[in-house]
Amino acid sequence: MSININIQNLSKSFGETIALKEISLDIKPNELFGFIGPDGSGKTTLFRILTSLLLPDSGTATVDGLDAVTDYKKIRKLTGYMPGRFSLYSDLSVEENLNFYASIFNTSLEENYDLIKDIYSRIEPFKKRRVSALSGGMKQKLALSCALIHKPKLLILDEPTTGVDAVSRKEFWELLKNMQEKNITILVSTPYMDEASLCDRIALMQNGNMLAVNRPQQIIDQYERQLFEVKTENMHPLVSDLEKYNREALVYRFGEYVHVSTYNGDEREYVFALQGYLTGKGYDQVIIQKKIPVIEDCFLALMDKSQTL
Amino acid sequence: MSQRKNIIEVTNLVKKFGSFTANDKLNFTVPEGEIFGFLGANGAGKTTAIKILSGLSKPTSGKVIVAGYDVSKYPNKVKRNIGYMSQQFSLYNDLTVRENFRFYGGIYGLSNKAIKDKTNYYLNKLEMQEYGNKLLRSIPLGWKQKLAFSVANMHEPAVVFLDEPTGGVDPITRRQFWELIYESADLGTTVFVTTHYMDEAEYCERVSIMSEGKIVAIDSPAELKSKYGVDTMDDVFVSIAR
Repeated sequence: MSININIQNLSKSFGETIALKEISLDIKPNELFGFIGPDGSGKTTLFRILTSLLLPDSGTATVDGLDAVTDYKKIRKLTGYMPGRFSLYSDLSVEENLNFYASIFNTSLEENYDLIKDIYSRIEPFKKRRVSALSGGMKQKLALSCALIHKPKLLILDEPTTGVDAVSRKEFWELLKNMQEKNITILVSTPYMDEASLCDRIALMQNGNMLAVNRPQQIIDQYERQLFEVKTENMHPLVSDLEKYNREALVYRFGEYVHVSTYNGDEREYVFALQGYLTGKGYDQVIIQKKIPVIEDCFLALMDKSQTL
Repeated sequence: MSQRKNIIEVTNLVKKFGSFTANDKLNFTVPEGEIFGFLGANGAGKTTAIKILSGLSKPTSGKVIVAGYDVSKYPNKVKRNIGYMSQQFSLYNDLTVRENFRFYGGIYGLSNKAIKDKTNYYLNKLEMQEYGNKLLRSIPLGWKQKLAFSVANMHEPAVVFLDEPTGGVDPITRRQFWELIYESADLGTTVFVTTHYMDEAEYCERVSIMSEGKIVAIDSPAELKSKYGVDTMDDVFVSIAR
């Protein structure tokens, strides 16, 4: 059986900085749950409380029914944690690190080899190498192997893909999906919004608050605005000209387009009027089309809403 | 556009560490005022190349001209004419915002008056006047990165190197940061930037993609997408770099 997590009104401050503001959340057994948000949004603080490394100011958190404050010894046995900062021993070899972490939990590499085979096999050819001489991608795979060596029921990964290139990030997510099939509940945090769609459910985090909690597709379905993408010949001044056109709209670059997010009613009328405005400003080859939002659009809209409230 | 002079000229750049070839015959140029994206998987050789371009490391062979100077012969002249900012090393947390400007202005040999003027100019521009005398550690990450960018531009370098400048900041701040990049490029500064955000690759005029020490593609994002028959730079990157 994999395990569930229950979080009730959890708050934590560091001096005047509020890291978590009365967070309540249920995570289901075997869920792959993502916390999406920038640095300082509270992701790490939440993870450190759930792993019993930090005490909350108020509220409660339980892991498999165990209290994160009083039952910390039991929680540590069933949790695998990969912190955001690489924290293996760089003067030990790959193999020595694994054996060390296994022995802490009274187990061995051989005993749980099956569980980590997928990941570990990719770095096994270098098992005699010191960790200080590994590439970033290899360190990441070793850290994940170490977090899994005691066969945890809960895996908590703090920004495992930060600073990792787009290709290695995709591979890493495939590994996580495989892990989920082994009946492990997985919590993962990331600043990359495009990774949200790979989770079962996500929480969008900002300044210690959850802006939204839902399945990625549902967050997209609940987008309250109309979104257009605009492209022209000369893109440099486009953002400021679009902002002047419609001051309530959210205007931001998005890849090769600029996105305009509005509450305006009639779609065709809006496109027609905007086309006229941009042509009048001297823009050539104006393309305006309706766009289906992605998680990053939703995040920006929710951020805007939380700031104006 | 073809009339713009080249600020970076790299010819047959090779860098070896023992028997390992980190940069394998790189050839490219970057003109004045261009925003150039330097992409590649971890370990592809980007950092090695940037260290050479910024005069911190010598090429094994080949010729590299930055801002008019050969990096092998005049590394210190190169350093004076470039700005550099990275996510890891930015500014001093235990100095105030103004002291950071003062420190870096001093390193680049700006006069007291120039330092003062530049500091005021940037604080106004970033709407951070009240924060001038606050310790850097008390300032949110997104603002720190904007300050770091300003400090890197303070001595009006010909080219500014940005090594993953937007890691970890929220999506709004990330975009505000790119507005600063555009402004700076419009004033003629060449911007040489690395990023793992593929939507940011689209903001560059041209990008190069490195794989295993070689440049395997170099063109505008639009050309690359059409060449590989895909819709996003993410897809281009995955099909090339894997």
